[in-house]
Amino acid sequence: MNIELIIGILNIVLISTTPLVFAGIGELVTEKSGVLNLGLEGLMLVGAVTGFITLVLTGNYFYSLILSIISGVILSGIFAFLVLNLMTNQIATGLALTIFGIGLSAMLGKKFSGTPIEGLSPYYFIIISFLLVFSVGYFLSKTKSGLIVRAVGENHNSAYALGYNVIKTRYFTIIFGGVMSSLAGYYISICYAPMWQEGMTAGRGWIALALVVFATWKPWRLLVGAYIFGGVAIMQMNLQAFGVELPGQIFNMMPYIATLIVLVFISSNKVRLKLSAPSCLNIPYEKNS
Amino acid sequence: MQSIVEFKNIFKTYPGVIANDDVSFNIKEQSIHAILGENGAGKSTLVKILYGHVKPDSGEILINSDLAIINSPSTAKNLGINMVFQHFSLFESLTVAENLILGMNENISLTKLKDKSKTICDKYGFNLNLNSPISSLSVGQRQSVEIVRSLLNNPKILIMDEPTSVLTPDEISKLFKIIKNLVKDGLTVIFISHKLEEIINLSDYVTIMRNGKVVSTISTQNEDPETLGYKMLGYKVSKAKQVSDNNFSQEIFNIKNLSTQSKDPFTVNLNKIDLNLIKGQIFGIAGVAGNGQKELMEILLNENDYEFSGDIFFKDLNINNLSTFQRKSLSISYVTEDRLGHSAVPEMSLSENIFLSMNHKSEFKKGYFINFKKINSFANDVIKNFKVDTPSYNVKAGKLSGGNLQKFIIGREIMSNPELLILSQPTWGIDAGSEAFIKKTIVELSQKGVSIIIISHDLDELLEVCHEIAVLYEGSLSKPLNVENINITKLGKYMGGLFD
Repeated sequence: MNIELIIGILNIVLISTTPLVFAGIGELVTEKSGVLNLGLEGLMLVGAVTGFITLVLTGNYFYSLILSIISGVILSGIFAFLVLNLMTNQIATGLALTIFGIGLSAMLGKKFSGTPIEGLSPYYFIIISFLLVFSVGYFLSKTKSGLIVRAVGENHNSAYALGYNVIKTRYFTIIFGGVMSSLAGYYISICYAPMWQEGMTAGRGWIALALVVFATWKPWRLLVGAYIFGGVAIMQMNLQAFGVELPGQIFNMMPYIATLIVLVFISSNKVRLKLSAPSCLNIPYEKNS
Repeated sequence: MQSIVEFKNIFKTYPGVIANDDVSFNIKEQSIHAILGENGAGKSTLVKILYGHVKPDSGEILINSDLAIINSPSTAKNLGINMVFQHFSLFESLTVAENLILGMNENISLTKLKDKSKTICDKYGFNLNLNSPISSLSVGQRQSVEIVRSLLNNPKILIMDEPTSVLTPDEISKLFKIIKNLVKDGLTVIFISHKLEEIINLSDYVTIMRNGKVVSTISTQNEDPETLGYKMLGYKVSKAKQVSDNNFSQEIFNIKNLSTQSKDPFTVNLNKIDLNLIKGQIFGIAGVAGNGQKELMEILLNENDYEFSGDIFFKDLNINNLSTFQRKSLSISYVTEDRLGHSAVPEMSLSENIFLSMNHKSEFKKGYFINFKKINSFANDVIKNFKVDTPSYNVKAGKLSGGNLQKFIIGREIMSNPELLILSQPTWGIDAGSEAFIKKTIVELSQKGVSIIIISHDLDELLEVCHEIAVLYEGSLSKPLNVENINITKLGKYMGGLFD
């Protein structure tokens, strides 16, 4: 193997992994505050299609980025309202959001499927993704607001008793997560592909969800995990190029198997579970009256 | 001295209960004001209203003679009101420093926090390590964190909800010294308790509540425990010793050299526990919560295959590896601490709850089916014999009041004719009437030759019914003391870990 090939592979890994980092870091913040949002796949697809359509119609990258972000704010805002104010089941609502997003994006994008556009360089986003992980890590561990997010996810009743607004905090983290998923989608349809095709996120939303658990809710581990998952996916293509015959499905299974192993590992021990997972994750919060 | 807080006609109802019924009284500035009442008298609800945690249906609160609308804990904190909760509001996986920062109104740097908390700790004699996680602290230390966290905000009013219920006698006297110093420095303390002597020792004024109403607000100067108790209950408390001599001598239950070696920092390791129980004996295990009671009960019940070394014998039979139901079949009965969720399923009817705990008994089954006729009549017997106040056995367990449910659960276990009954916190959080009934039942049971182990944080209760008491401290069990001529100072020392 020569140097150029290795650099080439690393380059592809870098480019293909970025959406996982975006969606994963957003979900990590949401889950740190105690909310499980399974709607990532839907959010990504809608983010991807709104960005793509706006770009085709206006030709303006900035507008397309803004609209993609707005789609994330609206969809995750609806999710937040359902889950926080109406106290619907988080898992069911998240799944509904994914199904809704898949359908909505398919409908909106029908006419634009196959329209050629000029893509954006992925490298800006790659740099931003690294900065993002660093900032989120700093935010969660060093700032008071980050501490409040963790406190709300750890014990929402105590957080309320100390005078913090649990609902408001969770609105912020859910919408942050939604916007990050939209950006991941935007990156896929504008930088990575660049094109629109129905269901083009191809399960990355689910991998991002698995990634958060794999990283045991820690930003730095999430970055490492994202590149391991991304690397495995790329390895599949390259191994085939070298003539190693392994069915692609085996590689597609890898992230989930790895996540299962991590899940079994952390939940086999009560302490590890308590120290890594936010205690209030997926527990609805009911305000005292 | 002028009034710092004035409650005016506070009403608060919950479905089926009037928690606060026209509550009005004043609290003087720079005083220690106790609120006394039984469980369910409405004292916790009242202070939660003051702290903005609960909204009253009607009524007003004046702070420094100004009308205050307190609709959330954050407004209360801005008014200088802070609260130390009975069940702590700490974040277990976060460090002490992080917990302190979370309690503060202002933004503060870590170095500044260190300075500030050190000043407070030095002044009042707290000892905190800012970097340790809460999960590694004892209950007493956790309370220190809560108090320091409140003091960092320079409060004018500090509410303390049953602060002594988790402390050893030694820790309590330390806490009282701190509270008195705080009041000297200008603080007003609202102190909730149902312990009469504490209130007389500590507070300047006391408001007595009964069934949601204020009975009276008086100075504690001319009161003694008896007069206060009369005012609290509305009738005279008689604490006549109920235990009679134990005429049996046969050993029935033995624990030998029981130890655990868990690496889980959230649990306490038991250390070489020995216990011998005679037929008809009531054996009390005292100690402050969190000293291994949960773990010991876990092993006695054996629901989760808790790992341990040592041996447990019931009538000379080693029961180490027997499951909960196998142990029950040997006529050992259990009443666990958690009424709703462990001893009973709240969403299921009383009859169904009977079956859940007794399905090892063939009489309740018809082949593969449940014999509801038998179960219902059994449930009826429990309800009748143990004076459970419920319209029928079809009522969901969660609908019963704490005292009634506890009578039902204890009744259920007793009616299965145990030879050994193990109870954990049998009278925790229930009304005085049910408490007295349960204590009487326990004593009568022992006279029939049933051996009983009571694990309880309530020392008074143990002194009242037990023959012998041993103290659990950080997983070690002291040697048993005979209650007949017990030395309270020695018991207090045991509770602080000073075994001899």
